[in-house]
Formats: sequence, structure tokens, C-alpha cells
Amino acid sequence: MRALLEVRDIRKAYGAIRAVDGVSFSVAPGEILGVIGPNGSGKTTMFNAILGQVKPDAGEVMFEGRDVSGIGALALARRGIGRTFQSLQVFGGLSVRDNLIVAGQEFVGSAGSRLFARPDAGMGQRADEIIELFRIGHVAHLAAGSLSYGQQKLVDIAMAFMARPRLVLLDEPCAGVNPALIDELMDLLRRLNREQGASFVVIEHNMDFVMRLCSRVICLAMGTMLAQGLPEEMQGNRAVLEAYLGV
Amino acid sequence: MTDFLQLVIAGMATGGCYALAALGFTLLWQASGTVNFALGEMVMLPAFLMLFFINVVGLALPLAFVAAVGVALVVMGWGFKVAIVDPLIRHGVIPLVIATLGLSIAMKQTVKGVATAQVRTFPSIFSDTLLNVGGVHVSVGDIGTVVVACALVAGLQAFLGRTLTGRAMQAVAQNRDAAVVLGINVERMVLYAFLINALLAAVAALLITPVYLAKFDMGDTLGLKAFYAAIIGGFNNSRGALLGGLLVGVMENLVGAYVSSGYKEGVALALFMVVIVFRPQGLLGTVVERKV
Amino acid sequence: MKYLRWVALLAVSVALYFAPGQMKSYGLYITTLWVVYWIAGVGLNLTVGYAGQISLGQGAFLGIGAYTAAVLSKAGVSYLAIFPTAALVCFAIGLLLGFPALRVQHHYLAFATLGFNMLVFLFLRNEEWLTGGTFGLNNIPRPVIFDVRFTRPLDFYHLSFVVLVVMGGVMAWLLRSPWGRAFAALRDNPIRAESVGINTTFYTLMAFAIGAAYGGVAGALFAPLVQFVEPAPFSVANSLSMLLMVIAGGSGRFFGPAVGAVIVVLLPEWLRVAQDWYLAIFGVLIVLMMVWLPGGLLSLPDRLRGRRA
Repeated sequence: MRALLEVRDIRKAYGAIRAVDGVSFSVAPGEILGVIGPNGSGKTTMFNAILGQVKPDAGEVMFEGRDVSGIGALALARRGIGRTFQSLQVFGGLSVRDNLIVAGQEFVGSAGSRLFARPDAGMGQRADEIIELFRIGHVAHLAAGSLSYGQQKLVDIAMAFMARPRLVLLDEPCAGVNPALIDELMDLLRRLNREQGASFVVIEHNMDFVMRLCSRVICLAMGTMLAQGLPEEMQGNRAVLEAYLGV
Repeated sequence: MTDFLQLVIAGMATGGCYALAALGFTLLWQASGTVNFALGEMVMLPAFLMLFFINVVGLALPLAFVAAVGVALVVMGWGFKVAIVDPLIRHGVIPLVIATLGLSIAMKQTVKGVATAQVRTFPSIFSDTLLNVGGVHVSVGDIGTVVVACALVAGLQAFLGRTLTGRAMQAVAQNRDAAVVLGINVERMVLYAFLINALLAAVAALLITPVYLAKFDMGDTLGLKAFYAAIIGGFNNSRGALLGGLLVGVMENLVGAYVSSGYKEGVALALFMVVIVFRPQGLLGTVVERKV
Repeated sequence: MKYLRWVALLAVSVALYFAPGQMKSYGLYITTLWVVYWIAGVGLNLTVGYAGQISLGQGAFLGIGAYTAAVLSKAGVSYLAIFPTAALVCFAIGLLLGFPALRVQHHYLAFATLGFNMLVFLFLRNEEWLTGGTFGLNNIPRPVIFDVRFTRPLDFYHLSFVVLVVMGGVMAWLLRSPWGRAFAALRDNPIRAESVGINTTFYTLMAFAIGAAYGGVAGALFAPLVQFVEPAPFSVANSLSMLLMVIAGGSGRFFGPAVGAVIVVLLPEWLRVAQDWYLAIFGVLIVLMMVWLPGGLLSLPDRLRGRRA
């Protein structure tokens, strides 16, 4: 089967520091790929380089068989790639429901048609579905900036799914989330994967979460790919262990 | 050719004064993120303070300068920081822009109220003789101004780069949180930046007022030119402010003489536009990447 | 509750429409000026308050609108054509002004727009063939629309007020449309906005262009109000007042510019009892108000509520 996302030899250096030094991997349709690695191993930089938030020095990114290298964050979003950021990134001044609507509205019609569209841009129903799915109905009308960290995190993740993306890159979805909610989050991602056919790439430090959610895992260290394989293979991998323990 | 050289030297003198004000502006920005719209008035006020000490109190110019610096340090240095910047800085740049705008109106109109709108002459610290160097007439005042401005910039650079306090100030400018962790008294370093800004403004007043003459609204154009000089030269670099100031001063004189006097005031702007399009970090500045 | 708001809005509008009926000509002039500034402020509030950009160039757009109206009306063009022309000219120039905003932000953008204002001012002062230079253009006729003359001060006030209501209505509708949400997203977090498909380039340019168009319409009222245009009112100082108006009123609040225009246009008039000192007092008041209420006057209720809680 053709890969959904294929990244070939992507590189990004900051001065003498080679943050991402030639990483290649692919994501099959329907797959949930985990990305692990110690702090500073280049995971987030790799995301940013793939998604056009920073300009990679070299490398190719193919999405659904087409070369999307360097087309920029906006165009990638339009092609069907969603993402969340490591730090919180919601629109604090808008209500939760408006956060969701705004995350989906630009995918339908043209700017001109949206000017004359209904205030909810026809996304109200979809937003309500997502609100229900994420169980954030009780805060839907509050300003996103006024919510607790964990709630904002959920809104942040929910936004990435508004436009029915075929691939979502999640940067540490569990960080700062109440441990009691982590299982719920995992169920949610599984359902989105199953019911909406979305594939994921997930950066995460919570190993239990990665091992249970992901179908395949890659491990980065010092900007290069150290190992890849099934979750259970990673657990016994000496190199991975050493990278984490810094031996 | 002699005309040309005379224009360049006179331009450098004006530019040197722009540079001093520009330097104060960048220092405040680096230390505390303050965009100070009362910059021009902070040059105007010491000029009038000096006139007050000379004409009313009867001091000689050097003593009047010292007295004006004293007042400037307290009012425009410490007072400005404590009364306006400290309470507003956490609300972002814009409320502070508006507050300094209000401050600029208040300073200007208060001086107008006290000293009327009359234009006043101002004594120069330099003699008004003209030197003849190979057929080029150069005023001692212009040369002196350039020398003083350059010396001050060099001195400030040495202070920032060589002394412990100066390095601590730079650390605060570059990374406030890290500076706190290193045990630097951040508030004190920020205060120093404000004091240096006040001192630079007072020196700029001493140098430029004999040429520009003292008037309550003399800060309007001066402030603007200094802003542009700061950005043209590079916001995070003190030599940049000097380069920007000199460039603006010289180009203005040349454009005014050879191109169009009507658009002389547009020179700083044109340079600024070219710089932000092709080199947004300024001629000597370094790039700061946008955070994701 | 919602109906109550509409009733209140209607009542205030009717009151504002009829209130100046008994005013003397100077009072009427100032009140009309307040309306004109309000319109310009509504536009700037979009650029600054809703879309999160900084513009110190709104005075220039007021000027471009005013000179457009002056030149065209003296050439005998109807005001029915002048208002849209002024809006379109400013929209186009505003679009150009938006480009620096794509490259630079914060204080850089402030000075880029301020520099643009300076450029416009120099153009108005130096290009005598078109603008009359420092002498300006005088004898600007007041509008005649569909044979109705808006020559008398009160009639002209009514015309200005109607223009305000129309422009305000258009803005309210724009802000309620999906565009309004996209502007807010751009303001709150441009990087996140791109990642959810919002074309930040497009919306940044639109925020400037639409804001500028409002400045143009305000200018097209300013010229026949004063019946004389010269470069001075469109200087950098006026752009600073415009920004002051939006921030001091309450940036990103729909009626912020109305309150802001009171501060910028009416407050100095009320302070005139202090004679020579009135502008000095004005400046001090601005400083005090910002220190006490950085969110603008309309944030006062929130502030008081916050204290009690």
C-alpha cells in the first residue's frame, strides 16, 4: 500500500547544532506512529520542519504520493494535515466553540463566500459533534483562555480534528494532562483513528501511552533515527534504553 | 566637492545627536521592552532645564548641564520607570505606547505653558570658529559634536562589554529569566538602562540645541529620526545606533541639498523602508528567529 | 436580555440623532467631528483591536479620504460617488500598507506605518499641483445627494450620523461573519492560525485594507465638514491620536472607538477652561488613565467586577 506520509532524509541545523540530521520514515494509512526520544533529540524540530513552521535545510516530504516539501504550514493544513503544538496554542479570546469553528471554517468555500456565509460558517454541527466527542460541552461557551491547562489541551487537540484531516501530528498530547484523563484521551484518539480514518504521528514521553496506543514506534536521538519497530520491540532495545539513560 | 564635504560633516554632527537618542531608545527596549514615544521630549526637557539653570538661576553652562543631568536622572530615569513603565509593562507593548504618547503631550505642553512657544537660542559648548581644512570650511562645533557622540558610544560599548555591571545588563537584555537564575538584580539593571537613557538624552540636548534652537516641539522630528536610526542600524546593537544616526544625518543633508528639500524629512523613512524590506534586523543587527 | 440591548441601542441612536438639534454651530461642529473620528476609529479598531496589528497610519487615510473628497467635489463629482471612491482608494493603499506587516511586527510595524503616514504628509505638503501644498484646498462644497442639500450644520450632522450607522452596521456584520473569527484567530495566535488553514497573509492584508477604507470614508466627511483641507490635520500626531482613541476607549470592544473619540475630540474641548494648560492636563490624564486602566475605559465594568469578586 502507498504510504500516506513519507519523509526522506530531512535535515535542520541551527548554526553548528544539527537538530535533525537526516531522518527518514513513512506513515501508512490508518497507522498510529509514535515518536520517542530523550529531550533535545530533535522530535519537535522534526515536526516543525515537516510542517513548514521552520524551513528544513534538506529533505523531501511526500503526502499522499505528492511532493509537499516547502509548501508551507498553511498549504499543508489545506491538504489535510492537522497538528497540535507542544506548548498550548488555543485562541484565548474566542469561546471554545468558536475555536473549533475557526479551525474548520477555512476549509469550505472561498474567502468571498465565507464573508456572506452564516456566522457559524456551516461548521456549527461539526463543532458540536467534536465537542460531544471530547466531552467539553460544559465549557463550550467559555473563552478558551480562561480554561484550565488540561481543558485547553483538549480544545487544542480537538481543533486539529475539525477539518477531518487524514493525518494529525500530535506533539506531547499527554503533557500536563491529569493522569486520570489520559486513558480517556487514548480512547478518544483510537475512536478518531477508527471512525474517521485519521492517521497519527504522536510525540510523547509517556511510554505507557505510546506502547498502548501506537502501532509502530521510531526513536530519535541527537537528530538521527536510532531505532524503529513495534512497540514491544522498542521496550527491549538496548540502544533506546541507552539513549534515554544517557549511558 | 567642498560643498559636499561640508554637508557630510554637518550631517554627521546632526546624525551623532540622533544616534545618542537612538541608543537610549534601544537600551530601554532591550532592558524592558519599552517603546518610548516620549523620546524626543526627553531631549527637549533637558534643553529647557539647562536654559532655566542658566537664565533664571544664573549658573554657567557646564554647571547648568550637571544640574540638568541630575534632574533628568531623577525624573526621566527613575521617575519614568517607577511611575509609568513598571505598572504598565506586563500589559504588553501597546498600553505603554499610548502612555508614553500621553507623556510626550504632557511634557511638551507643560514646557509650552511655562516657557511659552517662543524659539530660544542656546549656548554652544564649542567655539563658533570655522576651520579651513584644504578649502573646506568646517565648524568646530560640528567636529566637536561628532567626537563627543562617538566617544560616548564607544564608552558605552566598553561599559556594556567590559564591566561586570555592563555584562549583567546585557544578560538581562538577552534573557531575563536566565539572568534571574544567575542571581543578577534584574530590576537594578533595568533601572541603569533608564538612567543611561536619561543621561544620553541630556547630552544630545546639549549638543543639538545650539543648532536646532530650543522650542517646546523640537522633540517631534528628533524623536522620529532617532527611532528610524535605531532600526536602520540594528535594534540590538549599540554601534548600529551610531551607524544609523550618522547615515540618516548625512543622507538628509545630501538629499536636501542635491535632490529635493521638500522630501528631506522623508530620507530617514526611505532608508528605513529599504532596511526593513531587505534586512529587517538592521544593518548591524543579528537575526532573532520567530518562536514557534 | 438580548432584546433589551437592541432597545437600548435604538434609543441611544435616536437620542444621538436628535440631541444636537439645539446646539450652537461650534457645538454642532465638534459633535460632527466626534462622529467622523468615531467612523475612522471603527476601522482602526478592526486593524488593531480585532486583528491584533499595530497601525500608526490611520491619520493618513483620513487625509487621503479628505483630499479625494476635496478634489473630486470641487470637480463637481457627486458625493454618491465620492464616498465609495474614497473608501476604494484607501482600501487599495491600505492593502499596500499591510505588506510590511507580513514581514515585521510590534514596534517595527508601528514605525513602518508611522513612516507611511509621514510620506503621505510630505506628499500632501509638496505636491501643490494636486493638493494645493501648505495652503491646502478651500471652498469645499457640502454634499448634495438626490437633490437633498446637506449644507446646514445640522443636516450635515445627520448625514454623518447616518453614514456612521451604516458603517457601524457593516462592521458589526463583518465581525459576526466567519471573517470576524478569523481576525480574532490571527490576533490571538498567528502560527496556530496557519496550522488550522487560516490564510494569515490574506487576513492581515484585509485587516489593514478594510480599516483604511473606514479612514477614507471618515475623511470624505471630514473635508466637507471643515470645508477646507490642509496637510496639518493628517500628520503623524493625528495618527497617534487615532491609536490613542482606540486603545483608551477599549481596543477590540465594539463601542470602544465611540468612547475613545470622546476622549480625543471632546475632552480637550471640555478642558479648554484650563486655557494654555489644557493639552498638558490632557497628556497627564492619558498617562494616568493608561496606568489605571490599561484595557481602556470600557474595561472599567470588568475591572470593578473583578475587584468585588
